[in-house]
Amino acid sequence: MTRHVHAVDADDAPGALSSLTVAAPAHVAEDVLVEVGLADRMAPFDSPIGQLWVAWNGRGVSEVDLADDGPAAVIRHQAQCGRRTTLAAALPDHLADAIVRRLAGERRVRIPLDLRDRTEFEVAVWTKALEIPRGEVRPYGWIAAEIGRPKAVRAVGTALGHNPVPLIVPCHRVVRTDGTIGQYSLGGPGNKRTILAAEGLDPDALEDAARRGERLAGSTTTRIVCWPTCRHARRTQDRYRISFRSLGDAAGAGYRPCKVCRPTAIETEA
Amino acid sequence: MDDTQLAERLARDLDGTFEALVHAHVDRCHAIALRVLGNSQDAEEVAQDALVRAYRALGGWPPERIRELRLRGWLATIVVNLCRNRVRRHVPLTTPLAPLVEGGSGPAADASTDPAGLIVLAERRDRLGALLAALPERYRIPVVLRHVADLSYAELSSVLGRPEGTLKAQVHRGLAMLRVAAAGTGLEELIA
Repeated sequence: MTRHVHAVDADDAPGALSSLTVAAPAHVAEDVLVEVGLADRMAPFDSPIGQLWVAWNGRGVSEVDLADDGPAAVIRHQAQCGRRTTLAAALPDHLADAIVRRLAGERRVRIPLDLRDRTEFEVAVWTKALEIPRGEVRPYGWIAAEIGRPKAVRAVGTALGHNPVPLIVPCHRVVRTDGTIGQYSLGGPGNKRTILAAEGLDPDALEDAARRGERLAGSTTTRIVCWPTCRHARRTQDRYRISFRSLGDAAGAGYRPCKVCRPTAIETEA
Repeated sequence: MDDTQLAERLARDLDGTFEALVHAHVDRCHAIALRVLGNSQDAEEVAQDALVRAYRALGGWPPERIRELRLRGWLATIVVNLCRNRVRRHVPLTTPLAPLVEGGSGPAADASTDPAGLIVLAERRDRLGALLAALPERYRIPVVLRHVADLSYAELSSVLGRPEGTLKAQVHRGLAMLRVAAAGTGLEELIA
């Protein structure tokens, strides 16, 4: 008996079951493009300084913007990144949860960021800013020194001003080398004060102390010198606390720099 | 733009061309997944996952390799493999045990204009899809690739790694089983 393997004509005609072809729902194509990072979504997010709009794709968060109006934020974001962006009702749960926890001070929460097309220098500055704990501040010059570009203080300021993801990358925790609070990209210096205050700092007191020349804080018991907002400086009791104008003064008095906040000799701002 | 041109452009500019690939192939990827798995939510996830994997794979390949790709067959391979993983992981899909012969859905007069007719057609299509989903995988996947996704036997052979003769026999057998299952249900005419 020979086995009949040649299909009859009807079988061979493609599309015998073509009625079973249904178009994929429109969201499938869009979801693919967002997931691979060729399109973005944007959704509102509440913060201490008002309604934020957060843009993201499968690679991570690509922008945080302050705006009352979602469609306007979308248009700005599209123009800036060149990717089609659509409004969404809310952030994906895992992302919203991670941002809330990060803003509450949990530094270990991983928030992926989409920083394509940014310079190596900018990414280095932002990555360094991520190390500053909630409730503490560092001067621009500290970041410049830490990333090995001690003279690039101004460039650090510019890079922080271009931070696409403020609050997540806490550029609000970077202040001027003279101790004043300085500029802020997310709606101006007033917001910077509000955010720092929400994190438990007193911006006015910080500026007053800086004006009195108190740039660094030491402990007479440990003979260690810190940035004034370093957690080790803040737990020093007032009677053991001593202020210095510069790291040179502190070193001259026999104080060594804290290994946690790493105070640096700071190039004066141009 | 046909697949050869698409592959050529992907090789030169992946990010600028990938959206065109998605729009050209998402329906076919989805149709394969839907008819192999018989479940629309799983099918959407598989179609999305397949295209995302395609993008990531292309990103790591040299242009000459992308240029030589036969996109239709390659994407079908990814979809079929993801479907198989899913079937392996999950409990087998729901088999259509609801009575297939029942009154009510009489012959639709003119399905293209009459909304009720469209609904009847959609409902008949779902029942036929359920019959197809109940075929053994060995026959179901070749039937879907050949008759839903319109792939050639040469493409089937590269996707499934079986000789064309074997596949022709499996498609033939699959359709025959489908006709037996559909007998008396009023669905026969959909298996043209």
